[in-house]
Amino acid sequence: MRKNGSNTKTILFLAALAVVLLFLPSVLTRFYTYILSLIFVTALLAMSLNMVVGHGGLFQFHHCVFYGVGAYAFALMITKAGLPMWISFIVAPFVSALTGLIIGWLCVRLTKLYFGMLQISLGSLIWAIIFRWYSLTHGDDGIHGIPMPDLIASTTSAYYFIFLFFVLCLVVMYLIFKSPFGMTLQAMRDNPDRCAAVGINVRRHQLTAIVLATFFAGIAGVLFAVLERTVFPDLLFWVLSLEVFIMCLLGGWFTFAGPAVGAAITVALRTFVGIYTEYWTLVLGVLLILLIFFLPEGVMGFIYSKMESSGQRDAAGPRGV
Amino acid sequence: MLRVENLYKSFDGFIAVNGAELVVEKGQRVAVIGPNGAGKTTLFNLITGQLKPDRGKVTFNGENIGTLPPHEVCRRGIARSFQIANIFHRLSVFKNVQVSVLSRQKKSNTFFHPAHRMAVQETDRILESVGLLDKVDDIAGSLSHGDQRILEIAIALGTEPQLLILDEPTAGMSPDETAATMGLIRRLSETQGLTILFCEHDMDVVFNTAQSIMVMHYGKTIIQATPEEVRANRTVQEAYLGGEEDA
Repeated sequence: MRKNGSNTKTILFLAALAVVLLFLPSVLTRFYTYILSLIFVTALLAMSLNMVVGHGGLFQFHHCVFYGVGAYAFALMITKAGLPMWISFIVAPFVSALTGLIIGWLCVRLTKLYFGMLQISLGSLIWAIIFRWYSLTHGDDGIHGIPMPDLIASTTSAYYFIFLFFVLCLVVMYLIFKSPFGMTLQAMRDNPDRCAAVGINVRRHQLTAIVLATFFAGIAGVLFAVLERTVFPDLLFWVLSLEVFIMCLLGGWFTFAGPAVGAAITVALRTFVGIYTEYWTLVLGVLLILLIFFLPEGVMGFIYSKMESSGQRDAAGPRGV
Repeated sequence: MLRVENLYKSFDGFIAVNGAELVVEKGQRVAVIGPNGAGKTTLFNLITGQLKPDRGKVTFNGENIGTLPPHEVCRRGIARSFQIANIFHRLSVFKNVQVSVLSRQKKSNTFFHPAHRMAVQETDRILESVGLLDKVDDIAGSLSHGDQRILEIAIALGTEPQLLILDEPTAGMSPDETAATMGLIRRLSETQGLTILFCEHDMDVVFNTAQSIMVMHYGKTIIQATPEEVRANRTVQEAYLGGEEDA
């Protein structure tokens, strides 16, 4: 809504959440700290995808490619080129964004499902290159034991490092979401033809969004490598892309924070149901069916509409979009 | 201001526009009429760049715009509404118009400035002029059909056009809504000096509003003249007006 700027309740809630998250590692075991870090990484990936899918209306079916490219670029710069970790950390997301620019430049010529089909083909091509180029990437074996500076070597310090960048990225993404660029992007999702008819260069706008989203996916990939010190071709496999797409649906893809919720649910399911059965995706599938029937706007979409009907309007809600 | 000369467009062998001629002078209200399938919408799509003509010329203020993409045509000063309400369904009424205003101000690519504080006055002014100010916070998709059509005109106005093209602005409206919409169009033309090109099925609306009428039949321009001359024209009577009376 344009009349209420920021919602104090939301800010208080987020501040409390941040404080809790800052203190959690001191009470949690290493395993749970690791899982939380993984949730942040995955949430960032899902939110970067949602920039183009939920807000931009583009069928970016194979988004993980840019996650994987970021992770691999980071790993290769450290292990093969011997570059310092910090330089690799800065450069790797740009490698992702460049890949996004090239693939996106080709894809924005098409629309809807055709966009998605071309995107998935070009993405699979990159996967195939990384999978096959054994001398560079060690193919299916992946790259292990990427050395990290002492500062972020432990799980707890990696947690804080990841959390810091997660929050930073979120702030930047939120500013973009609320900016004229973000608003125009959402208008384009609803009606690209109308956008063109009010003088907006639709393709260029979409391409900019793709480059931004792939940049953030690259950061997520780098953070993954920081956490795991390992990269492997599955990071770019289409199955993971599908999973991230589901996270956006699950959390609510017309909201800003929804994909993060979806990521948390998915990672938690994979971890805790995965202990009992390797068919944890079965649970995810059932959950998805229930979602489609009962919460078609996703978890966050549902919460926002509840908040709205109880008279509380939120600036970040789907109706405020 | 706008001149269409000898325009042709065919789709898979079907000739939709077959030698259309049109002249729109600055400040005029011009209507295009013709039976269903006469090529009116195709003609508008050719003018505003949604379609590329096979042959012929479209000039606007002396510049050939026939080959420009829609966003470039809009930047030259032509805005339009579509036959089917073409709005941003999930955005609020305010944002629907704001997107358009920001586009004209060349601020669509601004990243780190909150959009909700930008172009507020200008957007409010447009919404006020079309009478939607009390619905600014409503989600556009929840508006009535009539209001959605009005909102579409407001979106078009956001680009501050010199020429406004309206494709059947009152289609599907109640008689009251039709009267209100035509009142709005007349007001825009008279108080703001906006040049308006529209097509319409309701002949009362056309003959009451337009200062110049172009009649299309099978993609061809039969005549463009004043309402009186068009009414008196024998070919038009046979091809169109007469046919309607028989029906």
